[in-house]
Amino acid sequence: MLCLMGNLVFKYHKQVLFNPMIDNNEAVIVKKESLIKRYLVGMSKLTVFFVHFFKEVFKPPYEFKEFMKQSYRIGNQSFLLVATTAFIMGLVLTIQSRPALVQFGAQSWLPAMVAVSIVREIGPVITALICAGKVGSGIGAELASMKVTEQIDSMEVSGINPFKYVVVTRILSATLMLPLLVVFADTVALFGSYFGVNLKDTVSFQLFFIEVFQKLDFSDVFPAFIKTFFFGFSIGLVSCYMGYNADNGTEGVGKAANSAVVFGSLMVFVVDMVAVQITNLFST
Amino acid sequence: MEPAIIDIQHLKKSFGPNHVLADLSLKVNKGENLAILGKSGTGKSVLIKCIVRLLDPDEGSITVFGKNMEELGEGELNEIRKKMGFLFQSAALYDSLTVRENLEFPLRTLPKITEEEMNKRVEEALQNVDLAAAIDKMPSELSGGMRKRVGLARSLILKPEIMFYDEPTTGLDPITSRGISHLIVAVRKKYNTSSIIITHDIECARITSDRVIVLDKGKCIAEGTIDEVSKSDNNEVKAFFQ
Ligand SMILES: Nc1ncnc2c1ncn2[C@@H]1O[C@H](COP(=O)(O)OP(=O)(O)OP(=O)(O)O)[C@@H](O)[C@H]1O
Ligand SMILES: [Mg+2]
Repeated sequence: MLCLMGNLVFKYHKQVLFNPMIDNNEAVIVKKESLIKRYLVGMSKLTVFFVHFFKEVFKPPYEFKEFMKQSYRIGNQSFLLVATTAFIMGLVLTIQSRPALVQFGAQSWLPAMVAVSIVREIGPVITALICAGKVGSGIGAELASMKVTEQIDSMEVSGINPFKYVVVTRILSATLMLPLLVVFADTVALFGSYFGVNLKDTVSFQLFFIEVFQKLDFSDVFPAFIKTFFFGFSIGLVSCYMGYNADNGTEGVGKAANSAVVFGSLMVFVVDMVAVQITNLFST
Repeated sequence: MEPAIIDIQHLKKSFGPNHVLADLSLKVNKGENLAILGKSGTGKSVLIKCIVRLLDPDEGSITVFGKNMEELGEGELNEIRKKMGFLFQSAALYDSLTVRENLEFPLRTLPKITEEEMNKRVEEALQNVDLAAAIDKMPSELSGGMRKRVGLARSLILKPEIMFYDEPTTGLDPITSRGISHLIVAVRKKYNTSSIIITHDIECARITSDRVIVLDKGKCIAEGTIDEVSKSDNNEVKAFFQ
């Protein structure tokens, strides 16, 4: 299943990933070059973008107002979607896990088990994927259309650093808002799970959460929380990159939004994999 | 005579195999309005984008206020850019901001400006383009011509010493066009602005310009006052005035 998904993502990725990375005037030359070379060129450009971000982020003036505006937008855009999905995930996960536990007579473990999977993995990853879709495509399309309609150029000629104003604020907002959304999603998912438990058994609200918090460890919560910052950062980085380097023309806008989503989601999985390895390293 | 405020020597710019500007030289004197005429796709927009360093030229030198634009660092470049106004062909209004915020945007670069002063400037700028009523609208609620006028108001709000107008009257009705042309003249009178005006509109060029050059395929094919140029023997140039 995962393999299949991976394959699909890769196919998509092959189609759309490279396009926005090519400057117009290079297009003719680059088209002839091999896939791998294009991939490497794309990666190196993304790295340059990444370094550029760190160069600009500490330099004053800080665009605090724009940062707040973007953060509000990210939260506002996605919280209903995140809440709905999280509730359903909590509920479904509980219903699905119950039979297995019942076989061992261990249904009292249900709240704790579901809580651990939600907090460690499902909550962060599902929220990140939703944000990669909702926020990533939004940022990608917005920046691309700003580029295409010369708004970015216009900022530049008025002596305002567009990278700082547009890109840095959005990446920072994504980095800080995703963890908040994940905490929110985890909470809603636990409510979903409580609801799911009560479909077959009766467990009081208090007991359910006592059960959950007794079994949840610092080592469950902390690494999972930290990795969400990286999820947010990579979604912000990739979607800004795709938008900021979009091709001219309206076609470029669609392509940028598309590759922001595809590549953003892919990054979430990559970051997740790395995070798991690092967590394992420390816990043994 | 005073040295030219913009001095371009042997400018070349290509995009891959597409040679857009081929060895172009021109000067703009202080307080002068220079109109650039030329068919679509001859590189007029590219030329002014090279001057403000939105595009990097391949060869040649561009001197503005006596400074070679290519040698400037980021800080110096931004200082010079604050003295220039740029009206984009597409108006380039910020979609996510209201008209008022759009106009306030360039004012942010001023170190100390009070709220009151800011409002006053914004209102004044909008009155100049006859759009005082649109102050709280979003750009998406404006017509093409209105957007262009807001763009014009925004580019003038810092009272620039040099203005670049990329087709200021395209898409406007003849009456508004004339109004804009007269506004360009008024701006020059009031602030002693030097301008480059790109236009296809002969009437606009006639009203606003002291001097005209005609571009074709990235080269200057005629230069002089509008009356001189209109009497040129060159077929390409003649075609413009028919
Ligand atoms: N960023 C770019 N990348 C590649 N080619 C470009 C770019 N900008 C402009 N060109 C090319 O440069 C040429 C001149 O474009 P430019 O926009 O200067 O034309 P123009 O004279 O302003 O025409 P119009 O009157 O239609 O605005 C065109 O052939 C265009 O394809
Ligand atoms: Mg043009």
